[in-house]
Amino acid sequence: MLNTILGSLSSGLVAAVGDYESIATVTGTGSASSLSFTSIPSDYVHLQIRGINNDTTGYFVSATFNSDTAANYTIHQLYGDGSSIAAFGLANTNYIYAGVAGYSSSSMVAPMIMDILDYKNTNKFKTCRMLTGNDSNGTNTGYIQFNSGLWRSTSAITRIDLKLTGNFSTTATFALYGIKG
Amino acid sequence: MSVTYDKIQTTTLGSAQASVTFSAISGSYTDLVLISNVDITSAGASINIRFNSDTGNNYSYITIYGNGIAHATNKATNQNKSYIAAYVAPNTSLETVIVTNIQNYSNTTTNKTLISRSNRASASNSPGAEVLSGLWRNTSAITSITLAADSGNIDTGSTFTLYGIKAE
Repeated sequence: MLNTILGSLSSGLVAAVGDYESIATVTGTGSASSLSFTSIPSDYVHLQIRGINNDTTGYFVSATFNSDTAANYTIHQLYGDGSSIAAFGLANTNYIYAGVAGYSSSSMVAPMIMDILDYKNTNKFKTCRMLTGNDSNGTNTGYIQFNSGLWRSTSAITRIDLKLTGNFSTTATFALYGIKG
Repeated sequence: MSVTYDKIQTTTLGSAQASVTFSAISGSYTDLVLISNVDITSAGASINIRFNSDTGNNYSYITIYGNGIAHATNKATNQNKSYIAAYVAPNTSLETVIVTNIQNYSNTTTNKTLISRSNRASASNSPGAEVLSGLWRNTSAITSITLAADSGNIDTGSTFTLYGIKAE
């Protein structure tokens, strides 16, 4: 199963040049706990968020769609910290796990890539997958994570909110891209 | 909306060699994506990565791996290199596919990170899948990337393509 999952991931969203467009970029201010992509156009087939996270609390980045904070999300996670490896899942949550924390200093950032598939399809629930990690050279426990998420809604996604328990540092930045079919 | 996913350079090896280098990388993009289709001449070796020719102990990594039967995780700190794949199959017809993402490579305020995923499909040479998080503790913009096998050479026919992604 692992091979199947990661094989699918590795053969995934490598866009042909010209089919991949930048939509918007959001950057932390140091005083806000959420960053939002709003008025997302329906010009694409898939969306991808690429970014680096940093915050002061050492907590994960969550994501919600279309301002829905009800318990309409499901998450699954496979992760390791170099010492142990584990899998984790939750149903009926209020968000999905989008990225790990990038803590220990403002220069230690955590990369994340989030693929949101068929985001405007009004016949399907929305699914996404995340690859994210953090490594502070042993200063804090680091992780590499491979996550999936489900939003049980058939609405087209027009807004994505990324949230932290603390605040996004000024070195946190996320870019939203659209991928054409 | 601008077109933003550009191929920077492709290298295909005409003969086995110890390393592959992408140099003079422009700072015009936001992220880099490296697609590698590779095999090596020595069984069980890894493909390591260094930035800007830095061979100091400024690298670290964390990885998880599974092959359908077993799984494992590993990490190391204060290394003189990080990795894009911990194991590459020594098989010219069933090469290991590696997708490496280097986020915000040209900023000068953060250390540089990578996340890499790799798959090797060979039924006879330790098939498996891996994801890896790497760190280079340096805030310099990345202008060169050097890839090498821990032992043996990168084999003939291996291909490496570097893409740039630019955010608005």
